[in-house]
Amino acid sequence: MSTISPETATSGLVEIHNVHKSFGGVEVLSGIDLTVQPGEVIALLGPSGSGKSTLLRTINHLESVDRGSVTVDGELIGYELRGEKLHELHEREILRRRTQVGIVFQHFNLFPHLTALENIVEAPIALKRLAASDARELALGLLDRVGLADKADAYPRQLSGGQQQRVAIARALALKPKVLLFDEPTSALDPELVGEVLEVISDLARFGTTLIIVTHEIGFARQVADRVVFLDHGTVIEEGRPADVLDHPKHPRTREFLAKVLN
Amino acid sequence: MTDIAAPPLGRSVDHEPSRPEDRTRTRVDISAVPVVHTRHWWRWTFAALILFVVAQFGWSLVTNSRYEWGTFAEYFFSGPVLIGIGYTLAITAVSAIVGFVLGTIIALGRLSKSPLLSSAAWAYIWFFRSVPLVVQIIVWYNLGYLYPKLGLGTPFTTDFWIVEFPTVQLVSAFAAAILGLGLHQAAYSAEIIRGGLLSVDQGQSEAAAALGIPAGRRLFRIILPQAARSIVPNATNEVIGLVKGASVVFVIAIPELFYAVQVIYNRNSRVIPLLLVAVVWYTIITTILSIAQFYIERHFARGSARALPPTPLQQARRWVGSQWARLGDDPTPAGAAIRSTGKASA
Repeated sequence: MSTISPETATSGLVEIHNVHKSFGGVEVLSGIDLTVQPGEVIALLGPSGSGKSTLLRTINHLESVDRGSVTVDGELIGYELRGEKLHELHEREILRRRTQVGIVFQHFNLFPHLTALENIVEAPIALKRLAASDARELALGLLDRVGLADKADAYPRQLSGGQQQRVAIARALALKPKVLLFDEPTSALDPELVGEVLEVISDLARFGTTLIIVTHEIGFARQVADRVVFLDHGTVIEEGRPADVLDHPKHPRTREFLAKVLN
Repeated sequence: MTDIAAPPLGRSVDHEPSRPEDRTRTRVDISAVPVVHTRHWWRWTFAALILFVVAQFGWSLVTNSRYEWGTFAEYFFSGPVLIGIGYTLAITAVSAIVGFVLGTIIALGRLSKSPLLSSAAWAYIWFFRSVPLVVQIIVWYNLGYLYPKLGLGTPFTTDFWIVEFPTVQLVSAFAAAILGLGLHQAAYSAEIIRGGLLSVDQGQSEAAAALGIPAGRRLFRIILPQAARSIVPNATNEVIGLVKGASVVFVIAIPELFYAVQVIYNRNSRVIPLLLVAVVWYTIITTILSIAQFYIERHFARGSARALPPTPLQQARRWVGSQWARLGDDPTPAGAAIRSTGKASA
């Protein structure tokens, strides 16, 4: 399945060790261990409430962890090891480290008062990475790449759901992240718009960015993922090549879930 | 074309639906007949009533000599009145700025995760909403009685060895007015701004944070412009309130508009025409603010609708354009429709 060549992708290694997270006494993640190789495409599957989205959000520290660590290329995102303790970093430093990891949300979360182009240039300009004219050029290139070159001046509400999600992908790409996270990127879309978004994501998979995708699109996971990771009750219960996990699931809960979503 | 037997338009429909001649007479092509809209008789009645009352009042304005329009005209542009307007506008502007800047800070304090900050902000709002504005202004004006001297020095003493000012010099009447109105306004603005910030979807702040956008820019570039949609209508209310609230400062003898007309009518006893001078000026200021509100709201509505609503100017131009076009071709479809409607309902 590995159509990407991991040797070309040198960065974007994600290491998750023993991550625990509770919300008000309810443990959502109970000791997750997962290593994602540079350039690898991971599909995170599991029933709702299994902790997929929470796990995804700990990777760029949108969610803090109670115990355990998440590193990208060996660097902790939200913390720093000083002596024997993990110290939570200051906002500014978290923001800097977080830009290595882009995220695409289920509900797009585009800035509605900014045009598609302004949405994309916002972060590179805010972080003083690029001059306005260079950022504009980059954004137009990205819009072209997601097939929306003619929508640069459209406001999000003037776009269809699929178009909005493609702009959101372009926005995440503007910071050239090493890792890109997708939190159910097609769940809020009308069925006929799902294809165009998945196409853009498959395209990214060929370019050697590490992709971690929470999805319910089993067919898509089979087609694009190098590895499928199945979560239930906050733990990884099964993982492996899509063909193995999806066609010959070993764990009864995986079997049960797949039987439900495939029918 | 589908010819179907439509029920007769008359009242007899339920009583004798099967009379053959009725059927043949009412056999119409319903895709071609004109539509008669419902008549709203009560709307017409109330509209007529309102027009009558307005006309009656207008007539009295002209005929009732006690309005003394001559006196009104004499003082409308008089020096003290114009200076009064200057004071009113200055007090409004400065206290609005103090109120909204401080209000934003307090709103952010209220939303802070620190319990100390959020309770301090809550306490501020609680206190300044409780104390009547007039009382506050008088207390600020008389601050010198409580604290004759203000300055910096050793804490918990009145030994101001760094700097020291007599309070009376520091808190002039104008400063007391600004303090009173500004601090009072800040409490109300804080709640309006907090409401606006809460109305913006949490995902916006999260998306901005995920993109590494720093907190300050997140607030001013992403969240506040969206919050402004719900802040602006209430904020305009508050500013208009301040324009008139500024008239309260007459209690400490600042010659703003209301004080100015009082001074004049106390001298010449022409109370009503001079109050009318103030009323008309307040109306003019409010009108200008309302127009400004329209355009500010329009500005912040960018992206909120597929197309922005037209400005009154654009509407007027469009209307003139359509009327012009209607003059051009004859007979007009609208005219034809009216004629056939008339026939059908007859």
